[in-house]
Amino acid sequence: MILEAQGLRVHYPGADQPSLDGVGLRVEPGHLMAVVGPNGSGKTTMLRALLGLVPLSAGLVRLDGRPLLEWRRAEVAMSVATMPQREEPAPLLTAEDAVLLGRYPRLGALTPVGSADRLAVRRAMERCDAWVLRHRVVDTLSGGEWQRVRLARALAQEPRLLLLDEPTASLDVRHAMELLELVGTLVVGGLGVLIITHELNLAARYADRIVVLQRGRMVADGPPAEVITPTVLGPVFEWPLAITEWAPGIPQVFPLRPGESGPPLFGPQADR
Amino acid sequence: MTRRAVLLLVALAAAALVIGLASGASGLSPGQVWRALVDPSAAGAVIVRQLRAPRVLLAFAVGGSLAVSGAALQALIRNPLADPYLLGLSGGAGVGAVIAMALRWPSAWAVPLAAFVGALGAVALVYRLSAVVGRRLDPRVLLLSGVIVGAFAAAIMTAIISLSSAEQLRNAFLWLLGGFGAASWHALVLFAAWAALPLAVLVVSGRGLDLLHLGDEPAESLGADVDRLRRRILVATSLLTAAGVAVSGIVGFVGLIVPHAMRGVVGPIHRSLLPGAFVAGGAFLVLADALARTVVRPMELPVGVVTAVVGVPIFALLLRRSLR
Repeated sequence: MILEAQGLRVHYPGADQPSLDGVGLRVEPGHLMAVVGPNGSGKTTMLRALLGLVPLSAGLVRLDGRPLLEWRRAEVAMSVATMPQREEPAPLLTAEDAVLLGRYPRLGALTPVGSADRLAVRRAMERCDAWVLRHRVVDTLSGGEWQRVRLARALAQEPRLLLLDEPTASLDVRHAMELLELVGTLVVGGLGVLIITHELNLAARYADRIVVLQRGRMVADGPPAEVITPTVLGPVFEWPLAITEWAPGIPQVFPLRPGESGPPLFGPQADR
Repeated sequence: MTRRAVLLLVALAAAALVIGLASGASGLSPGQVWRALVDPSAAGAVIVRQLRAPRVLLAFAVGGSLAVSGAALQALIRNPLADPYLLGLSGGAGVGAVIAMALRWPSAWAVPLAAFVGALGAVALVYRLSAVVGRRLDPRVLLLSGVIVGAFAAAIMTAIISLSSAEQLRNAFLWLLGGFGAASWHALVLFAAWAALPLAVLVVSGRGLDLLHLGDEPAESLGADVDRLRRRILVATSLLTAAGVAVSGIVGFVGLIVPHAMRGVVGPIHRSLLPGAFVAGGAFLVLADALARTVVRPMELPVGVVTAVVGVPIFALLLRRSLR
C-alpha cells in the first residue's frame, strides 16, 4: 500500500499565492518520512491534499495505484490513519469509546461492535500505554494522555499508512520520545509513516527521509544528512543555524543567537 | 446502553403513558385506565380511547422526535446547548400559522400546514444564507443565519399580529405556545408516517454523529464524508421538527434538555443516545401535557408553558454544571 502524490497544487480562492505548488512524494511501508518547514509553508495543506480533503488545482494523489478520488472516504480510512494537529476532546466520551471510533470505517452504519473490534481497541491502547486510561473521560486527560489515546485510535484503524500532524507539539520530552519510539517500532513492523513536525532534531533521528517545504514548494527531499545542512535550512527558516553531527548520518540543529558562530561540541564528537 | 438504563427508560415510558391516560378534566385511576383499554363498554372508555390515547401517543411521538432532533443538532454544531428550533424553524412556523389565522383559512388543517411550510421555508433560507459558494457549511455560520432569519420572521409575525383582531391574536399566540388539544388518531397516523423516514435517517447516521461530534478534521480522518453527512442530518432534523411544529405548535426545551440529560445516563454514543433521547423526550412531553391538562382544570395551559416552566430551572442547572 503506497500513497503517492505528483505535482500537487492547491490554490485557495482569494489567496495571492498557491498554498502548495508542485509537491510530489511517496509514503510507503516500512519508511518514516518527516516533513518540515516554517509556519505557513503548506505542511498541513499538503496533508489535507494527500487525503483528498482540499480541491487540487493540479496534480494527482494515488492510493495503491488508484486515484484517491475513486476511493470512498471510509475505504481510505481503513488503510490510512491520520492524526490531525488539533482536536478538542469530546465531553463525556470515555477513552475506550474514543478509541473504538477508530473501528467505525470498518463497521459501517449498523454493524454491531464485535469482539474483534474490542480486541483491536485493547491491543491499540496497550501499545500506546493507554489501556489504564480506558475508563477515564477524555476531557479530563492531560495533553500527553489525550495524545496517546488519539494515537491508539489511529492504530485501532489497523492502517497500513499513518499520517501524523505535529504529534509531539504538546508533549514533554519523555512523552515525545515514547511516542516516536512507538512509531519507530511500528515502522520496523512495516507501517508507512509521514510525520509533520517542527522538531528538526527528532526528525533527523527518526526519519529516513526528510522533505522541506517553503512557501508551498519542496526545496529539499532526501536523507537527514543531505537535508539538515546550514545551506538548505538557513534560508528556509531565515535564521542562522549551526549543524553538528550527533552520530554518523544524524545531524542536529542549533539555532544561533546573534553574535554566535558555532555550536558547543558535545556527544560523540566531543571525545574526538 | 446498560441493562439498567434500558429498564429505567422502559419504566419511565410506561409510567408516563399511564399517567397521561389517567389525567385530564376527569381524573381516572390506573385501574380504570386499564379497564377502559381492554373493555370498550367500560366507564371512561370513550374518553381514554378516542381522546386521551391519541393525544398521549402524539405527545410521546413529538417529544421523542424533538429530543432526537436536538441530540443530532447538538452533535452537528458541537454544542450541547443547541435546540432543534435554532435554525429558524420556530420563526418560520410562526409566520405561516399567523398568516393562516389572519386570512381565516377555513380548513382545520390550514394552520398546521401553513406552519409546516413556513418552518421549512425558514430552514431553506437559513441554509441558503449559510452556503457561501465554494465554502463548506460552517456550523457557526448556520447558527448566525438561524438567528437572523428568526429575527426577520419575528418582525413579520409581529406586523401581522398587530394588524389582526384581538381574538385572532389570542388564537395565534396560544397555538404558537403549543398544545395537543387538537390531537386525533388521524393526526397521530399522519405524524408517525411522516416522522418515520427522518427518524430512520438519523438512527442510521448515529455513527456519523459520533464522528461529527469530534470536529471536522478528526471525523474526516475516520472516514466520514462530513459535508454530505451534515446536509443529510440538517434535512432530516428540519423535516422532523417541522412536522412536530405542525401538529403541536412550538414546544420548547424538550429538544434542548432531554438529549443533554440523557448523555449523563446512557453516554454520548449516538446508537444509545438517540433511542434513549426518544423515549425520555416522549415521556417528558407526555408528563408535561398531563400537567397542562390538570393544573388549571377544567381549563388547559399551553404545553409549551409547562415545558418552559419545568425546563428553565433544569436548563439553568445543566448550564451551571457544564460551566464548572
